[in-house]
Amino acid sequence: MDQYTLNLLFVGATFALYIGIAIWARAGSTSEFYAAGRGVHPVTNGMATAADWMSAASFISMAGLIAFTGYDNSSFLMGWTGGYVLLAMLLAPYLRKFGKFTVPEFIGDRFYSPTARMVAVVCLIVASVTYVIGQMTGVGVAFSRFLEVDNATGLYIGAAVVFIYAVMGGMKGVTYTQVAQYVVLITAYTIPAVFISLQLTGNPIPALGLFAEHTASGLPLLERLDQVVQELGFAEYTGAQGSTLNMVLFTLSLMIGTAGLPHVIIRFFTVPRVADARWSAGWALVFIALLYLTAPAVGAMARLNLIDTVYPNGTAEAPIAYDDRPVWMQNWEVTGLLTFNDANGDGLIQWYNAGSESFAATAAERGWAGSELSVNRDILVLANPEIANLPGWVIALVAAGGLAAALSTAAGLLLAISGAISHDLIKGQLNPNISEKGELLWARIAMAGAVVVATYLGLNPPGFAAQTVALAFGLAAASIFPALMMGIFSKRVNNKGAVWGMLAGLIVTLVYIFLHKGWFFIPGTNTFTDADPLLGPIKSTSFGAIGALINFSVAYVVSNATEEPPQEIIDLVESIRVPRGAGAAQDH
Amino acid sequence: MAETPSNNEYWAANIRLVTWSLVIWATVSFGFGIVLRPLLSGIAVGGTDLGFWFAQQGSIIVFLVLIFFYAWRMNKLDIQHGVDEE
Repeated sequence: MDQYTLNLLFVGATFALYIGIAIWARAGSTSEFYAAGRGVHPVTNGMATAADWMSAASFISMAGLIAFTGYDNSSFLMGWTGGYVLLAMLLAPYLRKFGKFTVPEFIGDRFYSPTARMVAVVCLIVASVTYVIGQMTGVGVAFSRFLEVDNATGLYIGAAVVFIYAVMGGMKGVTYTQVAQYVVLITAYTIPAVFISLQLTGNPIPALGLFAEHTASGLPLLERLDQVVQELGFAEYTGAQGSTLNMVLFTLSLMIGTAGLPHVIIRFFTVPRVADARWSAGWALVFIALLYLTAPAVGAMARLNLIDTVYPNGTAEAPIAYDDRPVWMQNWEVTGLLTFNDANGDGLIQWYNAGSESFAATAAERGWAGSELSVNRDILVLANPEIANLPGWVIALVAAGGLAAALSTAAGLLLAISGAISHDLIKGQLNPNISEKGELLWARIAMAGAVVVATYLGLNPPGFAAQTVALAFGLAAASIFPALMMGIFSKRVNNKGAVWGMLAGLIVTLVYIFLHKGWFFIPGTNTFTDADPLLGPIKSTSFGAIGALINFSVAYVVSNATEEPPQEIIDLVESIRVPRGAGAAQDH
Repeated sequence: MAETPSNNEYWAANIRLVTWSLVIWATVSFGFGIVLRPLLSGIAVGGTDLGFWFAQQGSIIVFLVLIFFYAWRMNKLDIQHGVDEE
């Protein structure tokens, strides 16, 4: 059976599984549709949250970004896990006690203001749409490879699948579908990593293999990697290259953003008890950590394998000839995400850091006229099993896993967007008398609109999947998280403070991102680049932490300059802070 | 709900627990993983140093322990202060 058929078979089988579970689970529990997770054990809920959470950014993109940059991109690892500490301690138990279903609803009630609710809707939509663009990038990469088409066609097919998947709606709410998706994606991520770790270090646990001895060279794996990358003029893998300030702010943005993203927060609204909200956050992180502890090993080992593929006799010898290149390179050339340009016309693939001044002399001496291989970072995880010569079924499994990750998160976000527009905006504000059918129609229109926008922008994305997603986290960090936290931990922040805080945080962050990534992410309309940012070393992906600080400060100043919140709001805050009485809030 | 003395104590205990947890949270990630990494560079771990390990794996493990400890401790505090769900 050829690889193409095998891919279709695995992807098709997993999709059939999700749909099957959705139909089976749905039939018995239509009335509990909106209460997904209530009455579900915290471990199960944690697993479903992990599937919701880990998207194309975590699965497809992150290890590739770590592989090509090394230590500096550790921010993704710390940021996307450290946020759960904030979520568990600062938000989840209190939002569960409050007992409503959407983030704008909480903000609207706590700040006793329909305006605050509308501003929250806008923040939610901006962050979620940016997030979906990142998912589309990942979906495009995955579909283009396994259907063997170019990247744009892959993106269109992916967009259609995401749309159909999201419109089926109910699937998202069904916890057991997400449990199945988690099992598929973690298996798909772990199996190739175990094989590769065994090949390189003899250790079957990739997380330990990363710090073990590289069998072929007898050196520790990371030392060997540092050695070969530097022999090609690249920066030391384990060394810090960028600014420390930027790394701190970037990590902080990702952490705060994690705790401010609506599709994750809503999972904690629906656990049975306040105590379970705390346990659920812990279990979610257990299941997330299984992937996140493996990811840095996947990145480092893939980089080493890639260099060994191009320089089979060592970096001091000639690289392989283009005509002898492995099949996986030929496959990825079809997608346009891996390209070869024979700059010096010798038919060999020279791959090195052409930007390195210290390496320029060596390159000139060897007759190299520029790096001839360009590899998109987002293909690394999907190509990884092929690079390591693993069997065809592993390759197909990874394709299915990547799609499970991208689709579950994209669908969840589209539902959050459509809910915000049809429920919070249209029914809550513009037309309270709208029929249920009308509301559903608007939900679908909003979803279609979001898919079209995300697909268009996904064709020329503002970065690799995980970088675009990082921008979404910055936006959530600057707008939603501070409002939620102040709503719980301060009795003094009032309606005006919250509204002006959210607006200031969102607008300043959005402008900073647009100045660097182009207005509305349209290529070519940017004034600055992340290589040379407006404010010293602070890249647009790191600005969310500063946006959050602006939000907190504005809210504090405005609230203190205006009247105190009314007594019933102070009572509401008091009641959110203690678990007792949460049962009453469950009845809707 | 009226503000009772027990609720105040409960909230103060909660804030103390959260503060200490967040100090540890920041120390392992922003501290050991990033800013303080040069200080730990003498401690070798599998071909690199302890700071690199904290940045790529250690922080995540500490985060896990923190959340479970917090959940266990808070659920106990709920009962001690009589504010748990019956």
